[in-house]
Formats: sequence, C-alpha cells, structure tokens
Amino acid sequence: MKPIEIVFYVLTGITLLSAITVVTARNPIHSVLALIATFFCLSGHYILMNAQFLAAVNIIVYAGAIMVLFLFTIMFLNLRREDEESKTNLTKMAAVVVGGILMVTMLLVFRAVQLPAVNEGNFDARTGLVEQLGIMLYSDYLLPFELASVLLLVAMVGAVMLGKREAGDRHF
Amino acid sequence: MDLTIFIVKSIIILAVFGISLLIATYSTYVERKVAAFMQDRIGPDRAGPWGLLQPIADAGKMFFKEDFIPAQASKWLFILGPALAMLTALMSSAVIPFGDSIRFDNYDIPVQGIEINIGVLYIFGVVSLGVYGIMVGGWASNNKFSLLGAIRAASQNISYEVALGLSIIAILMMSGSLSVRAIVEQQAEAGFLGWNVFTQPLGFIIFLTCAFAECNRTPFDLPECETELVGGYHTEYSSMKLGFYLFAEYINMFVSSAFISSLYFGGYHYPFMEQISNALTNSLGAVTGHNVATAIGTAAFFGKIFFFIFFFMWVRWTVPRFRYDQLMNLGWKILIPLSVLNIIVSASGLLFNGMKYASWLIVIVATVLAIMSNSRAPKGQVSPQRS
Repeated sequence: MKPIEIVFYVLTGITLLSAITVVTARNPIHSVLALIATFFCLSGHYILMNAQFLAAVNIIVYAGAIMVLFLFTIMFLNLRREDEESKTNLTKMAAVVVGGILMVTMLLVFRAVQLPAVNEGNFDARTGLVEQLGIMLYSDYLLPFELASVLLLVAMVGAVMLGKREAGDRHF
Repeated sequence: MDLTIFIVKSIIILAVFGISLLIATYSTYVERKVAAFMQDRIGPDRAGPWGLLQPIADAGKMFFKEDFIPAQASKWLFILGPALAMLTALMSSAVIPFGDSIRFDNYDIPVQGIEINIGVLYIFGVVSLGVYGIMVGGWASNNKFSLLGAIRAASQNISYEVALGLSIIAILMMSGSLSVRAIVEQQAEAGFLGWNVFTQPLGFIIFLTCAFAECNRTPFDLPECETELVGGYHTEYSSMKLGFYLFAEYINMFVSSAFISSLYFGGYHYPFMEQISNALTNSLGAVTGHNVATAIGTAAFFGKIFFFIFFFMWVRWTVPRFRYDQLMNLGWKILIPLSVLNIIVSASGLLFNGMKYASWLIVIVATVLAIMSNSRAPKGQVSPQRS
C-alpha cells in the first residue's frame, strides 16, 4: 500500500468513527465536539484531494465559527436527558421510514452511477488552488456566485432583523 | 536529494518549535521585569543572575503543585481543554517565514516550517480554533465563573475575528497572494516606505487591536477578569494544566507579534537589505554571503518580534480593562465599519492608477474629525455615556 492510501484509510476511519459518535453520544457537548472532529477529518480529505483552499475555508467557517456558536448555545441551555420529550413513537417511526427511503435512494444511485476513470495525463494538480478557483468563480460561474452572495446578504439582513431589539424590549 | 531537504526541514521545524517555547518561557520573565520597571520595582532577581532562572523555577513549581480535578467535572474534557489551547497555539507558527533561505551545495531551502499558498487562511483557521481550548476547559470545570469566562472569551474572539479578517483583505488586494512569504517578499521589493504599515496605517491599527483581543491580553482580558469572575475560565485549574493555559497565551503573543511583523513590518526585510546582501555575496562568496545575509534578516525579524512582545506588555501596564459592552461596541460598531471603509478606499486607490497610499485619506479625515469634535466639546466635562 502506498503511504497516501494508508493516510486515506486512517483518516476515513477516524471520520466515520467521529460521525457515528455525533449521533450516539449521550451528552450534547460530546456530540458537538465529535462533529468538530468530523469537520476536521473532512478538511483532511480535501487536502488529500489537493483542494487546500476548500480545506482552510471549511475549518474557518464550519469548525471555527458555526460550531463555536453551536457549543455556545448548548452550554447555555445545559441540556439534560429528561428534556428530550419531543421523541414520541410517531416521530421515531417517521424517522425510520425517511431514513430507510434515503438509504434505498442512495444505494440505487450508487449502483447506477458510472464513475469516470481518472485520466492521469490531463490531470491538473493546481485545480483546487486559490488562483484556479478564483478564475473559475469569476469567469465561468459568475452568475451563480453573485446569486449566492445575494442569498448570503439576505440571510445576514434577516439575522440582523431577528436579533434587533425593539423599542420597548428588555435587555434579557 | 530529497533526504537532505527532509532533514533540513525537520531541523527548521524543530527549531521553530523550540524557539516558540523558549521565547514564550522568557516572555513570562520579561513580563515581570517590564512590569517591575513600569512600576519602579526590581522584579524577580533571586533565581540565577538577574533572576534569569525564574521561568524554570516557575515551571518547577507548577509541576509539583497538586493536580486537582473537581469532583463534578467532566474529566476527559477537563484534560482536553489545556491540551487544545497549547496545540492550537503551537500550530500557527508553521507558516511564518522567519528568513529568506538557507543555501548549500545547490539547495535553496526557505527558513519556514511549511510554505503553502494559503498561509494567511491557515493562520485564520488555527486562530479560530484557539477558542475551543478555552471553551471546553471552561465548560468542563462545572463552575459558573469558568463557564462565564469561557463564554466571554468565545464571543470576544468571534467578534474580533471578523474585523481581523477584514483588515487583512486590503493587504491581500495589494499583494494578490495569500502566502505570507509572498507578502513579505513584495514588501521587500517595495523598499522601506513600501512596508504595509506605511501603505495601510488604518489596517495596521485595526489588526493590532484585534490581535490584542484574540490573545485575551489587557485591555481585552475580560475572560479572566479577576474582579468579576475569580479567575475566569481557569478558575478550577491547577498545576501544569493551569501552566499550559498561561503558557498558551504567551505563545499566542509571540505568534501574533511574528504575524504583525511579517504582514505590516516587512518580515525579515530591513532598510538597505539589497545593498548589504550584495556586498556580502561579493565579499564572502555566493553561498556563505547569502547565508549570512539570511541570518541578518532573521535577526532583524526577531528584533521586530521582540519589540511587539514588549509592546503587548507595555500596553498591559498602561491601559485599563474595558467594560464588556464597550468591548462589543468597539468591535462591532467601530472596527468592522472602519475596516470595510478601509477596503473600499484602498480598492478605489488601487483601481485609480495603482495608488497604494489611499488608506491615509481615512486616517487624515478621522484625525481632523477627532480634533474638531474635541475642540468643540466644553472643557472639563466628560460627555455622558450612551448605550
């Protein structure tokens, strides 16, 4: 086995393990920490695919910003197990049905798909680097990029509107 | 041969690691000496000549203290907290270019842990992870003061990261690269007046302020505010775990000083570097001369780093702590709009026949406004605080 393959398998093992821990952990804090570990491993996979920019941005945005807010909220709420009242039998059954359908769909998709063979001749190692990505985003994918930025702006304005204190509101 | 490069790289990485630790160790000593100097005292002078062995004595004391874990604490997370703080603090020095390059035979090896083309983003990623050490430790202590300290640290770091990132964008626009080495080399080419502190004065001030906030240093050390929170997030910690938290702060200080020096103060560049380097290569030969020039550059870089570490300490004993709402107002309502304005003005300057000094416009206007509003205010009367 090549060293890169060993790295890949070890990384995949850790990724799956921490992803499973996210679901099975009893304590929500442990669950969040496992999710952070999962994001880290995903960044490792990006680096293995030579997408350095995506890896860094994944860590900054997901592991660095969003998960901090998750951890924040859960620490303040201090969830206990007796608070989990929403899981009735009906929701459990619905979850099983939906999950089963999702699994069947994915199995069918993966059986049907034909993975294109990697052509090592015209493989460009610089595809995932910042310069290439920027050129792609600002030339071929300009419209989707701008639309996504408008979407993010709308989300930001919405967040400010939600968080804004009305005239008569108390501080807390 | 690859092995030679590998060995030299390993030596450089180990040296960077060792130097980070050494400088952090002696920062504790220097901090106490500087504090003593500022307050007209003598400071530590018992252990060794001039008290030089004081950090070692401190570390020994830390190791022999009782390592206490509170009964209700979450044990593994309690241990994980300081480990994470230390890990993230040490990771960030990897991409800082400490010097030009070492040359021997026909190898040319940069004095840097790793050279990646997303160096700035790497540092941001690591910095944004730094808060986990504090949060995990503060939560796992199962103490309300610790939790409050952790929450304060987290919200402060998130708030100031935004302004930190925005203030750098102007530099990225000028250099067109995310690699720290490329930014340093570009400043070296532009000469002394091309250092980013002269082209981006406003960005530098914003970045410096945010660096203080990210390191949890005074005047932004609210996470460990003794008067309100006992000891903040490390209230329950003792022994070397506490030592790790305190130590991580000093390593962060070193790394941010290095980062400020390389982004705004030309890194290993110093005035007349070209001429001195040429003279050295002429007199000592291409290989030795180049290496000596590199060593001088590295020394200049460390001089800058030491100045900024001193500056951190200087501010600590000069400026009192902010109140928490003042801290948040400063971050969100002043620094972020200012850095956005800085981006717009710098970008316009660059588009308008590549003028790099456009940022001075904001500084001049802001200074004039400040002087005008100050001269209009009635004397001897503090304007009431609105919130």
